[in-house]
Amino acid sequence: MSAPAGIPPRPAAAPGGARAPEAAARAPPCQNGPMQNPMQFPFGYGLHLENYSASSGRYPQVPQEAVPSQLNNQYVADYHSACYSIPVQSVITPSVGPSMLNTQQPQQLYSGAAHPVESAGGLTQGAISSASHLHTGVPQSYSALSSHCSSSTSSSVASQGFPLSSGHYAMPTVSSAVYPNLSYPSMSIGSPYGQVFTSQSLPAVGQFEETNAFPGPSSTVPRTLPHQVPLGYNSTSWSTSDFQSAQDNFNRNHTGSLAKASNQINTVGIVDSSHPVSQNVQFTKPGVETSVVSSAVTSSIRTPVSDHLTEAASVPSNKQPSEPLLQEETNTATSSPAPTPQTSRTPKPFGYGYPTLQPGYQNAAPPTSAMQPNNPGPHSGFQQYPQYPGVNQLSSTLGGLSLQHSQQPESLRPVNLTQDRNILPVSPVLAPVPNLNSDLKKLNCSPDSFRCTLTNIPQTQALLNKAKLPLGLLLHPFRDLTQLPVITSSTIVRCRSCRTYINPFVAFIDQRRWKCNLCYRVNDVPEEFMYNPLTRSYGEPHKRPEVQNSTVEFIASSDYMLRPPQPAVYLFVLDVSHNAVEAGYLTIVCQSLLENLDKLPGDSRTRIGFITFDSTVQFYNLQEGLSQPQMLIVSDIDDVFLPTPDSLLVNLHESKELIKDLLNALPNMFTNTRETHSALGPALQAAFKLMSPTGGRISVFQSQLPSLGSGFLHSREDPNQRSSTKVVQHLGPATDFYKKLALDCSGQQTAVDLFLLSSQYSDLASLACMSKYSAGCIYYYPSFHHSHNPAQAEKLQKDLKRYLTRKIGFEAVMRIRCTKGLSIHTFHGNLFVRSTDLLSLANVNPDAGFAVQMSIEESLTGTSLVCFQTALLYTSSKGERRIRVHTLCLPVVTSLADVYAGADVQAVVCLLANMAVDRSVSSSLSDARDALVNAVVDSLSAYISTASNLQQSTLIAPNSLRLFPLYVLALLKQKAFRTGTSTRLDDRIYAMCQIKSQPLVQLMKMIHPNLYRIDRLTSEGTIHVNDRVVPQPPLQKLSAEKLTREGAFLMDCGSIFYIWIGKSCDNSFIKDVLGYTNYASVPQKLTQLPELDTLSSERARSFISWLRDSRPLSTVLQVIKDESPAKTDFFQHLVEDRTEAAFSYYEFLLHIQQQICK
Amino acid sequence: MCKIIDQICLVTSCGCKPTLQNCPENSPAQIIAFDELKTDYKNPIDQCNTLNPLVLPEYLIHAFFCVMFLCAAEWLTLGLNMPLLAYHIWRYMSRPVMSGPGLYDPTTIMNADILAYCQKEGWCKLAFYLLSFFYYLYGMIYVLVSS
Repeated sequence: MSAPAGIPPRPAAAPGGARAPEAAARAPPCQNGPMQNPMQFPFGYGLHLENYSASSGRYPQVPQEAVPSQLNNQYVADYHSACYSIPVQSVITPSVGPSMLNTQQPQQLYSGAAHPVESAGGLTQGAISSASHLHTGVPQSYSALSSHCSSSTSSSVASQGFPLSSGHYAMPTVSSAVYPNLSYPSMSIGSPYGQVFTSQSLPAVGQFEETNAFPGPSSTVPRTLPHQVPLGYNSTSWSTSDFQSAQDNFNRNHTGSLAKASNQINTVGIVDSSHPVSQNVQFTKPGVETSVVSSAVTSSIRTPVSDHLTEAASVPSNKQPSEPLLQEETNTATSSPAPTPQTSRTPKPFGYGYPTLQPGYQNAAPPTSAMQPNNPGPHSGFQQYPQYPGVNQLSSTLGGLSLQHSQQPESLRPVNLTQDRNILPVSPVLAPVPNLNSDLKKLNCSPDSFRCTLTNIPQTQALLNKAKLPLGLLLHPFRDLTQLPVITSSTIVRCRSCRTYINPFVAFIDQRRWKCNLCYRVNDVPEEFMYNPLTRSYGEPHKRPEVQNSTVEFIASSDYMLRPPQPAVYLFVLDVSHNAVEAGYLTIVCQSLLENLDKLPGDSRTRIGFITFDSTVQFYNLQEGLSQPQMLIVSDIDDVFLPTPDSLLVNLHESKELIKDLLNALPNMFTNTRETHSALGPALQAAFKLMSPTGGRISVFQSQLPSLGSGFLHSREDPNQRSSTKVVQHLGPATDFYKKLALDCSGQQTAVDLFLLSSQYSDLASLACMSKYSAGCIYYYPSFHHSHNPAQAEKLQKDLKRYLTRKIGFEAVMRIRCTKGLSIHTFHGNLFVRSTDLLSLANVNPDAGFAVQMSIEESLTGTSLVCFQTALLYTSSKGERRIRVHTLCLPVVTSLADVYAGADVQAVVCLLANMAVDRSVSSSLSDARDALVNAVVDSLSAYISTASNLQQSTLIAPNSLRLFPLYVLALLKQKAFRTGTSTRLDDRIYAMCQIKSQPLVQLMKMIHPNLYRIDRLTSEGTIHVNDRVVPQPPLQKLSAEKLTREGAFLMDCGSIFYIWIGKSCDNSFIKDVLGYTNYASVPQKLTQLPELDTLSSERARSFISWLRDSRPLSTVLQVIKDESPAKTDFFQHLVEDRTEAAFSYYEFLLHIQQQICK
Repeated sequence: MCKIIDQICLVTSCGCKPTLQNCPENSPAQIIAFDELKTDYKNPIDQCNTLNPLVLPEYLIHAFFCVMFLCAAEWLTLGLNMPLLAYHIWRYMSRPVMSGPGLYDPTTIMNADILAYCQKEGWCKLAFYLLSFFYYLYGMIYVLVSS
């Protein structure tokens, strides 16, 4: 019962009369189709249509239009392919049969049950046949990392995600390249990591004085600062918080400035700042790549990208023998290429970072200032770490410069929580730096991509149990990086037994051998690895970029493929039922797609397709050569099939005009629909069938509870239970249909991303499964309406822009390895765990975070360092197989005090949140809440019992954990876990999904937002980012006591900014910043700050845009007046205050104290 | 009449050697399967697909035995089997949301806790079935010899 239908502007092309709008008039589709002269019905159309209209009551009229004869064949063909591809279909229309017999012959090949996809892009041809019996025929094909390669190698490689046999490994692919090419497509790497680098430069007393000497906002920042980076001090300790805040500002500077710089080249040696534009065409385009490679080979390792401009000039000067000099050279090199606009700005982040430390320092209450999570310094408990040749020479030259440090590390200083009211630092909390020697610290992975809950790993499980803190990792592996060494090498050096990639923390025993830092096996250094193409020197394997950087990307050879790299394939599945059309999301989606069609990541093979659904499923034939898109309707939702399997996913470039036509027409095509049902399940099944030959990304837009076909759901929410304090039910899925579908998709390298735009309950708990297990992402827009709810509409628009243009990795797998003795316990995030350490990610996107729980299986007595390595193997949108490797190195400690000293409270809280989500789904919400409270109680009581000299009656926390109770309280007041406050079930589930899938930085903002007062922004402590002055107001406590009626406050919740305006807010602020005369005239729904030419407006806007630029995700702004109903949105985030159902912070502390004393 | 039934039951329950073999077979299969999962040989979806159809037959066979023991008024044997029967019922009631029969969910099976639990369960049941097999064998021979 499929009815092909035309799409405008073909005049009389709708045999179904029905759905296709008419071209000229865009007449309302269905019931009142244009009554034109009835002409002859071609072949069996009349009959067929009767059938059709009989089957679904929505098509009352027999179509009266002529179908131009030249189109007939097409339709018949369509119909036939539909009809015969599934035998059942032909049974339904027996009367059609005879008249169609003549056309049947050419369609014979469709008579089989499974229709072979014929034009699957050529590249995947061979794979298709094996794909069809993936789950049955080929048992290994699922475990094979990137599914089925049609070549004979597939079975042998398939057993493991990464080819393990050395035979594969040794197979050279780049046979011509004798020596590996090292390409540094991005900017300078004067120091591998910005943050580490600062920490290096800060410790010296001399430098401290120097930094203080920098006057105010001077732009004449000494370039010498970065030069001093390599002066690694053997032991670093910051005894005052100045360093901390300076470093903090410094870092913030850079995030800001780099984000601004977007694709452009930054010449400062800062690495890890988030990058708003994800798809770095510049870095990945093969053409550019080669040029980079060629230049990189001749120039030095340290060549910044800016040197592209002055390649020849910098080449000779960059070959440097020793590291300190090398760095210096780099910095001079970076400053020399004047053409880049950033060069003039680069000094600013350095310069302006420091002055802020003064006001920040002053603002802090004296006890607070000392509470920065400082590096504990070389604690007595630490032994000498193994020396690494190469890096060690540095420290030896500068030995003896180590500073005196206090006896007790700062992070262990006991803090009396009940007495200390100002425990929140004035600037955002930073990740603690692992207590390693300075060389390792410099090499270590950035905390933005890789963080451990305990930066000092306890030696035994018993010690870990005693500390009562969870051990785990928080990963953000595919983060947008501005600087990433890309290595093209014919052999990727890996340990022969555990397959670890060579990394900065391996030990070179001698010139020819290295010892794996994870399994301790001694491996040979391959001949190729001895040569360093960047320094053009031989016999220095430890100078290779793989050994100099803990985050590198390899271009993988064909050993890492099980089939040819897939093209980028995008399929959009759009809900067009009445509800969806009413909400008006279609216009926004189509508009965003039209705008970003050229920016979709991909190459010349990129393919795209569209499916819409209401109670039927509509396909769109976009085959090149058609004059207009064709709509094909499949109304048999019980056994959905693809009407024309080969023309639904089309090449983006070849059919661009048709796609644009379709996108322009789509929003108006369904304006008068009366169909309220939604057959999401069948549409997804069709999408899966369409995608399974290639894999790719399915984006599903759904606006209501699916009500038809397989996967239909019932409403499970009882609105009266929303604020229940007892049991919250239905946190788990109602059916496993979506989970199964996701697993099938994942097996075919397809990810499903869900956009849920609904005003009513739509059972996100069940729907989310489709994204959870296929490594997709979930977006939820409660009560979405394009005009009634402009904030959500704007959010959708911005999210879509990011979603469509961000980087994407296809057919990805991620493996996490860790030092022998540690083992991975549980994974969190949107992923499918395929074996104990292998994650299958059909797609990987730069906004996805993962968490891992670990346990210590064997005592780590033999070692003083443990390492974790994440290897993410993916196919880039350009069809390149790449491996991104992160390595983190942490010290092992034996005493409980050291474990506490190294606790990373943010990571601990994020991991606990992930565990609590699992617990609330598997057990109950109250169980999860109790577990969260117990986590605080247990760890603090364990700490108190270790510190015997402390009074037992007071609530003491180590400085490193002083924010722990606050964060846990905030977590308990999160939408995901709160009870007693009315929370819609979908909101709760969405919050849980976010906890599971967001990276740490984003999640922390969600748990504990940042509050700033913005009505009195001063020039004090400003930083300069890209010629803009950005004020730095101090962080405020999340408590109503900090709010004053005279003020205006900005709350940064990660994905949304609230600006709250007090009743008697200063009129000058309202006039200068908001552009209204007085408080009363400010409208209720304000989502933008006007661009006014006043100083305070400029300051406020620059501050907000600076905050915005520091993250890749879009943020919307919402101005909330004190009496507006939306103020509850704002006040629910004030977590330190008491609500009817929850403790205030102080009460919570007393509660914990009571629990401890029990 | 009654006696005949009684006798049949006694024979089946005591001479249960052939049927029982089906029963413990599942546990070693489970142990091996979970071990395979742990050591990376098989992927969880396939493994769950092979294990899930075996769960219900095992439970049903065990329940059938219990009914037989009940008919034969073998109170001691029944008492020994009741806890396991109750456990089976509880286990199947609290299984994850699934459309097909079975217990194991490929998305959660790789969780270390669940995997360890399943493995432990497999070993315990294997031990129980093995012991009871010898006990039944002893029972059968005893009946044959004494009659």
